[in-house]
Amino acid sequence: MVKMTDLPTKGGFSFDLCTRNQMLLDKGVQMPPFRKTGTTIVGLVFQDGVVLGADTRATEGPIVADKNCEKIHFMAPNIYCCGAGTAADTEAVTDMVSSQLQLHRYATGRESRVVTALTLLKSHLFSYQGHVSAALVLGGVDVTGPHLHTVYPHGSTDTLPFATMGSGSLAAMSVFESKYREGLTREEGIELVAEAICAGIFNDLGSGSNVDVCVITKGQTEYLRNYQLPNPRTYISSKGYSFVKGQTEVLSTKITPIQSKVQTVEGGDAMEE
Amino acid sequence: MENKLSGFGLDPTGVERRTFLEEGESSPKQSLYSLSLSASLYLACFHLLSLKLGFILLLLSIYKMDLDLSAPHSTGTTIIGVTYNGGVVLGADSRTSTGMYVANRASDKITELTDNVYVCRSGSAADTQVISDYVRYFLHQHTIQLGQPATVKVAANLVRLLSYQNKNMLQAGVIVGGWDKYEGGQIYSVPLGGTILRQPFSIGGSGSSYLYGFFDQAWKEDMTHEEAEQLVVKAASLAMARDGASGGVVRTVTINAEGVTRKFYGGDTLPLWHDELEPTNSLLDLLSSSVPEPMST
Repeated sequence: MVKMTDLPTKGGFSFDLCTRNQMLLDKGVQMPPFRKTGTTIVGLVFQDGVVLGADTRATEGPIVADKNCEKIHFMAPNIYCCGAGTAADTEAVTDMVSSQLQLHRYATGRESRVVTALTLLKSHLFSYQGHVSAALVLGGVDVTGPHLHTVYPHGSTDTLPFATMGSGSLAAMSVFESKYREGLTREEGIELVAEAICAGIFNDLGSGSNVDVCVITKGQTEYLRNYQLPNPRTYISSKGYSFVKGQTEVLSTKITPIQSKVQTVEGGDAMEE
Repeated sequence: MENKLSGFGLDPTGVERRTFLEEGESSPKQSLYSLSLSASLYLACFHLLSLKLGFILLLLSIYKMDLDLSAPHSTGTTIIGVTYNGGVVLGADSRTSTGMYVANRASDKITELTDNVYVCRSGSAADTQVISDYVRYFLHQHTIQLGQPATVKVAANLVRLLSYQNKNMLQAGVIVGGWDKYEGGQIYSVPLGGTILRQPFSIGGSGSSYLYGFFDQAWKEDMTHEEAEQLVVKAASLAMARDGASGGVVRTVTINAEGVTRKFYGGDTLPLWHDELEPTNSLLDLLSSSVPEPMST
C-alpha cells in the first residue's frame, strides 16, 4: 500500500500550507497584518498611447506603512504595470515577469509586446489559484499599437480602453465613466487620470498621499513621479525643531571600546592552479 | 511537457487522476469532498442547469460586506448557441462581475478556438480563459498534424477532456459552436462537470434559467440566418432584463461555410420588455444645458 506522502511530487503548487492557514483561522488565530497597497490604480488609452496612474499609500492593517511608495512598476522600456493587493506579491510578480521579458528580448532581438507580459502574468497567477494576491493594470505600446489590460489575482484578464483596480477603483471608475471619450489628447489623458486618482485618494481610506502618472507612447515613456501632491504636510513649526544637549535625561552610561582584530600572515601559500 | 502543463494546476493528460484511482488509496476526506462537490454540482445542473455564481457569492457574503472585490472574477452570464440551415449563431451578454461589482461591462465572452470553431464562456473567468488558451494550442497542433481544419467535434471533446479531468478544480460551463465540411453547423454543450452533449440549440450561464420556456416555444428547425440571429438577440435581451448577473451589450458570432461574422448590439438597440423604461438623460444635464432666455424689451 502506497501512502499519499510517498507518491512522487507531480509538480504544481502544493496547497498544504493554505489548508493549514485556513485551519488556524477557523481556530481563531489572527493572521499578522501584511502590507497591502489598498489602492487606486488606473489606466487609459488615448490617441497616441496609454496613461497609467496610481496613488502612493501603502497600508498595514489600519496603519499607513509608506506615505510615498511606488506602485507603477517597470516591466519593459515600453511596458509599465500598476499593482494593487499585497505589496510583496505585486513587487515579486512584476519583477519576475520583467526579468523574463528581458531574457525574451535577448532571445528574440525584438521589443517586448504587451500580450507577452500579459500571458506570463496570467499563467503565473492562475497556477497559484488566487493565493498570489496581485491585481494589476498593465499598459504599454508595442509594434501592434497601444494596449491596456487588467489582470485579476485568479488569472483572468480583460482588455479595456480604460480600467481601474484596487479599493479606490469604484471612485476612480465613476470619474472615467462620466468623462472618458475616445481620442483624448495627451494633456486631457493626464488630467483625467490625475482626477480619477484624486477621487480615489479623497474618497477611499485605503488610498492617499500623492499621484503618480506614467505616459507611454511609441518610442517614448515618461514616468512622472509625484505628478501631484494634494496632501502636503501643513502644520510645520516655523521655528523649527531643536534638540539641545541635556534635553534628554541620561539614565546610565556604559562605554565598550571596539577592539579591532587584524591578523597579518607572513609569507602564506602561493596560489596554485 | 507534462511537468510544464501540470504546473499550471491542470492535469491535461489525466495521468494524475488515473494513478490516484489505480493505487486504490484515497484520502477519505478528499474523496468525500469531491463526492459532495460533484453531487451538489450535479444537483445544481439537474435542477437549474445554471451557473449563478454571483448569486452564490451573494449568499456566502451575507455575513461579510455586500461588495466583495476580492471575489473571483466570474462571468455570471447568459450564453446561447443555435444552429440554423447553413451554420450556427453564438450569442452572449457582456457583463463580468466580481461579487456585486461589474468589473467589465463590455467583455467579449465568445472566444475563437480556430477559424471555424468558437466557444461561449460562462463560470469563472480565469478558468474559462485558461481552458480556451489550452484548447486553442492543442487545436493548432492538431490542425498542423491533420493537414486540414479541425472538426467542431474534436474541439468540443478537447474542452470536455480538460473540463472532466479537472472537474474538482474548475468552474466552467461552455458552449462550443462551429462549422465544418463534414457535419455542417454544430453546437456542443459542455456544462459544469464535463458532460458533452450535441444539441440543435443550447443555453448556459446564470441567465439561462429564464430562457428554457422561451426556447421551448420559440425554437424551430431549419431557420434562416436572420431568424436565428433575431432569436438569439431577443433571448439574450430577455435574460439580461431578468438576471442581475447578465447585462451590457449583446455580441453575436455567425459561423458558416463562408466564414465568421461578428455583430454588436448596443444597449439602446435592444428591445424593452415589461416595466423597462426608455433611457433618458439625467435631468441635471437638461437643467444645466438650457440656455437662459434672451432679454426682451
